[in-house]
Amino acid sequence: MSLSKSITRSLSRARWLSPLALLLLWEAGSRSGIIPARTLAAPSTVIETLWQMVVSGELPSNLLVSAGRVLLGLAIGVSSGIILGLVSGLSRQGEVAIDPLMQIKRTIPVVALTPLFIVWFGIGEVPKIALIAFATVFPVYLNLYSGIRGVDVRLVDAARSFGLSRLEQIWHVVLPGALPSLLVGLRYALSISIILLVIAEQINASAGLGYLINNARDFMRTDIIVVCLLVYAVLGLLADGAVRALEAGALSWRPALVEQ
Amino acid sequence: MNAFVSALGVAGFGFGLARPLFRTEDIPQAAFTGSAGTQPVVRLRNFTRRFGDNDIIKDLSLDIAPGEFVSLLGRSGSGKTTLLRTLAGIDQLHADIAGQEIRIPPTRAVVFQDARLLPWKRVWRNVALGLKGLDIRSRAETALREVGLDHRLEAWPLTLSGGEAQRTALARALVRDPQLLLMDEPFAALDALTRLRVHDLVLRLWSVHRPAVMLVTHDVDEAIALSDRILVLDQGRIVAEERIDTPRGQRLALTADLREKLLSFLGTGRIGDDADIAEVFADKPNIPFSPDEDFRA
Ligand SMILES: Nc1ncnc2c1ncn2[C@@H]1O[C@H](COP(=O)(O)OP(=O)(O)O)[C@@H](O)[C@H]1O
Ligand SMILES: [Mg+2]
Repeated sequence: MSLSKSITRSLSRARWLSPLALLLLWEAGSRSGIIPARTLAAPSTVIETLWQMVVSGELPSNLLVSAGRVLLGLAIGVSSGIILGLVSGLSRQGEVAIDPLMQIKRTIPVVALTPLFIVWFGIGEVPKIALIAFATVFPVYLNLYSGIRGVDVRLVDAARSFGLSRLEQIWHVVLPGALPSLLVGLRYALSISIILLVIAEQINASAGLGYLINNARDFMRTDIIVVCLLVYAVLGLLADGAVRALEAGALSWRPALVEQ
Repeated sequence: MNAFVSALGVAGFGFGLARPLFRTEDIPQAAFTGSAGTQPVVRLRNFTRRFGDNDIIKDLSLDIAPGEFVSLLGRSGSGKTTLLRTLAGIDQLHADIAGQEIRIPPTRAVVFQDARLLPWKRVWRNVALGLKGLDIRSRAETALREVGLDHRLEAWPLTLSGGEAQRTALARALVRDPQLLLMDEPFAALDALTRLRVHDLVLRLWSVHRPAVMLVTHDVDEAIALSDRILVLDQGRIVAEERIDTPRGQRLALTADLREKLLSFLGTGRIGDDADIAEVFADKPNIPFSPDEDFRA
């Protein structure tokens, strides 16, 4: 009696239940023929395909190409964002010169620049990386800039009263104070970079996850498409996890983390 | 000696509850007698500070002798912090005011009301902030031992209690061996018991290191218990000055009269009310960082 009650109660709270039910429904639909394979492959087929693609090396090699694009684009975008944010945050002249340009850039959806980038850079690797880089500059820039401006001036005052030079004030007070904000910007940049990767890889790729998807589309291999979607999702999760780990390390002084 | 102990009787009671940090008998009396011959460490003549068209401090003259403990009383907005910032060398000065003379010692240190520790640096690194040399860590350790915090060297500042944070701020100031120690209402945010214990600590440290001290406070009793000299600031002018020669141990008797007298200069409102403390808190909002040199402009 009470056992069945407690089982019902724990089931009613289980958050994994509805996704599992959906998967089972999906599988049942595929097996019974209600969902044709050319519309959507069965979960079991997807898992099988995933395994084959891993073993054959098809998935790892293409994943590597995609990861390379993201990392290179991110490296360029994030470092530019940091440099621009520092210049703009730390000097009035820098702000006057840079901030209006960044605000203009913000109003243009980066995806809309794709045709222009193709005209400029062709259809090779360059436009793909350029798109990712261009899109990730802004979140890093904006968060670093506002992080620097949000640093408590009382702490800067205190550092100054102890005779710290301007450079020392920036190093010991302003930059550590802006770090939490910078990490928020980094997190945005990472998730944007995955979205831009998907879009950029629609441009005539000859390798990478997007290439796999385009090929699969032509042969109506929905199982491969779903596998690639899964990989995109995992990439997103990994990126988020990376920033979380970075935050836990760099912001360990924060009370929420200290208390643990 | 009995009288001496009883003067800090309440503080003694505070210590009675826990392991005493220092015995009150150890605190010697002020060496400064105000006699001529010593070069003052602070010398202000006709000092005027303007914000826009308002003269916040006007034609103020002040000398502080080496090792002298001066308290500055005044209502909220009377210009105490402005004066202290000048003595700390934080504010840029208007050099163009005729007849103005400002001399401050090369080594100064400030203890703020809100301890202003950098939350991202461990306690000992906060104390060592800006120190140069090889033995920084051991100097910071020594200073923290002096304020009874040698067990918190590696702690994060946000885990400190109010009293611990303020003692860290004291250590950070004293590790620099300043000729002038400036304190801006450093005890206002502490509870009464902690405040008395920190008073004792400050006197003890002062007697060992002998900096000239300028303590800004809104608490008349605190000023009487601690200082050699009390100044009352009102609308940017010094309106009263009291020198206390009575040894620190025997001040309870004189408190009542002097208290009334000082309070009369501070207007009708009682100083030290909760309302006043609230104003003190409102004093310095979180002003965002601006890259210009004058952060307050
Ligand atoms: N940066 C500033 N700009 C304009 N006015 C200021 C500035 N700093 C202080 N004041 C004004 O100077 C007066 C005295 O301030 P302050 O020295 O902080 O007073 P206190 O510390 O005695 O409460 C106040 O009226 C305050 O508004
Ligand atoms: Mg003040």
